[in-house]
Amino acid sequence: MTAIHYIQNIPFFSIFLAMFGGIVTPLFGNGKTAQKVNLIIVTLIGILSAMLLAYLWQKQESFTFMMGHFPAPWGNELRAGPLEALMALSFCCVMALTLIGGGRFVQNDVLPEKQNLYFVMMYLLFGSMLALIYTNDIFTAYVFLEINTIASCAIIMAKGTGESIVATLHYLIICLLGSGLFLIGISLLYGITGHLLMENIQQAILELVQTGEYAFAFAVVIGMIIIGISIKSAVFPFHFMLVSAHPAATPASSGILSGLVLKSFILLNIKMFYCVFTIDLIRSLKITNVLFLFGLIGMVVGSVCALKERRIKHMLAYSSAAQIGYIYMGLGLGNHEGMVAACFHILAHAVTKAMLFICTGGLMEASQGKDSIHSLRGAGHRNLIAGIGFTIGGLSMIGIPLTAGFVSKLYFATATIYSPQKMVITLLTLAVSMILNAMYFIPSAIAIWSPVDKNANRPKPSKAMQGAIGVFVALNIVLGVYYDPIIDMIEMGIGLLG
Amino acid sequence: MSNLMTNHYEAAAVILFGIGFMNLLLARNLIKKFIGLNIMDTAVYLFLAAKGYITSRAAPIITEGTIARVEDYINPVPSGLVLTGIVVSVSVTAFSLALVQRLYKHYGSLDLDEIMEKAKKEGKV
Repeated sequence: MTAIHYIQNIPFFSIFLAMFGGIVTPLFGNGKTAQKVNLIIVTLIGILSAMLLAYLWQKQESFTFMMGHFPAPWGNELRAGPLEALMALSFCCVMALTLIGGGRFVQNDVLPEKQNLYFVMMYLLFGSMLALIYTNDIFTAYVFLEINTIASCAIIMAKGTGESIVATLHYLIICLLGSGLFLIGISLLYGITGHLLMENIQQAILELVQTGEYAFAFAVVIGMIIIGISIKSAVFPFHFMLVSAHPAATPASSGILSGLVLKSFILLNIKMFYCVFTIDLIRSLKITNVLFLFGLIGMVVGSVCALKERRIKHMLAYSSAAQIGYIYMGLGLGNHEGMVAACFHILAHAVTKAMLFICTGGLMEASQGKDSIHSLRGAGHRNLIAGIGFTIGGLSMIGIPLTAGFVSKLYFATATIYSPQKMVITLLTLAVSMILNAMYFIPSAIAIWSPVDKNANRPKPSKAMQGAIGVFVALNIVLGVYYDPIIDMIEMGIGLLG
Repeated sequence: MSNLMTNHYEAAAVILFGIGFMNLLLARNLIKKFIGLNIMDTAVYLFLAAKGYITSRAAPIITEGTIARVEDYINPVPSGLVLTGIVVSVSVTAFSLALVQRLYKHYGSLDLDEIMEKAKKEGKV
């Protein structure tokens, strides 16, 4: 009994620890101490999340945690199941590795006196992502969406160049549009149902759907909420905010932005599907079809734009847009298998894209900071580990067996069997998109390995970066080979959601 | 139409939300853009406050000597939401305006098109 009691506090403590870290960090004089403390706290949260995951997976259950022990209509609640715990654990891993690998870029790019503030924003961002994963209350979700917006804007503009401020402005405006829609959506929903906790709203919605009242109002509300969140997660046609944000930000920020921040919004979307509106209602209102369509367009348009791009960071940004398209395509299939594939792709893309950004940072550093693919020729020889990481990340993005990207594409393709009317178009788009992925990743991989004068300037990659890329590669291959238990966890987690 | 008349606060709120949203999306001047954001957020607060108010009932504050009965008071939750929302919107506005200030110092303009043009030129050099 007591063990259960302690375990149930983990979601709250994870969020609290992240926020606490943000409060104490300004006390540290320099960025290096701040980074070390950050690493310790993120690792601690990671260990807690792993314990939570092990416990929930073994017990095959999920629980709600009452904040302050006020029961349902008054109190605020957190909810944790295997899916939430798995996502929290993987977010911790990616966050820690990205900050270890990208630590030197932060030290080079951010002004020394502002480095500890950069980590304050990292904590806020991390805390808000954890809160978005665990929360069971839609208004709390809104508050943390806004905290997330401010923190992610701050890490984009950390470099302080004119380019990065313009990029932040783009990102901020799009995010505010998204959260504005979300806010009016939840206010209308509150007006109709009179509840803020997800379970109570769901009950009210089920009753109202049976009586047929408010049918039109529901369609509008669901549209506003889902579209609001989707805008924030950079679904096509809102992907252009990524294209300006990624090249302007320091590699660690880009990795976390693309790998984690966008994913936390997608997870919120999945929670909205299952815990608030029920998947049947979403399907009957054809919301899934809309997401499916935008996902498909995003997959192709993102890849085509990436193909035309000559600058490597822009290319990765467009590739992120395409991968977000994959995830929305999975959600849009509207069946259980599609959701599982989408959740696995969230993990696969988080691990891969964060690594790609760190490696790109390393390769650019070895090429006098230039970012055109042409000027990166031979960079793989100058920074070996970054070159290997980039190549494996590229292979994973294309979907070569033994890498994480292959498994998610396999599951996407399998999931189409359960939605026969969408099967042909999905498989065709998957094929086209994979070929396009190969068409832009392989030439850049060839470029970085092309033989050049080896005596050119060779900055030594830091040990931290080598280690982080090594672990990223290992994680990628582990996800690509031992995917069975992870798929099990995701399936169980989605089953327990709704 | 009669629905609109009974719910005129909500109708006004939704119209204001639309105005704010389009302003945030389309205005070229950055200050106007963020004024649009504020109109949008305030519209939602009007909506929530209108939803929470029940005619001829008091604010839910219990003073000494009165007997607390649910029927005497309005719903306190929407007011709480409005307060939280105001805090969020103030911080977002402060952040946005700080950003606009940085942009103005760097590019000497508040017009988004002009800033983009200058940023492009700067990127090429």
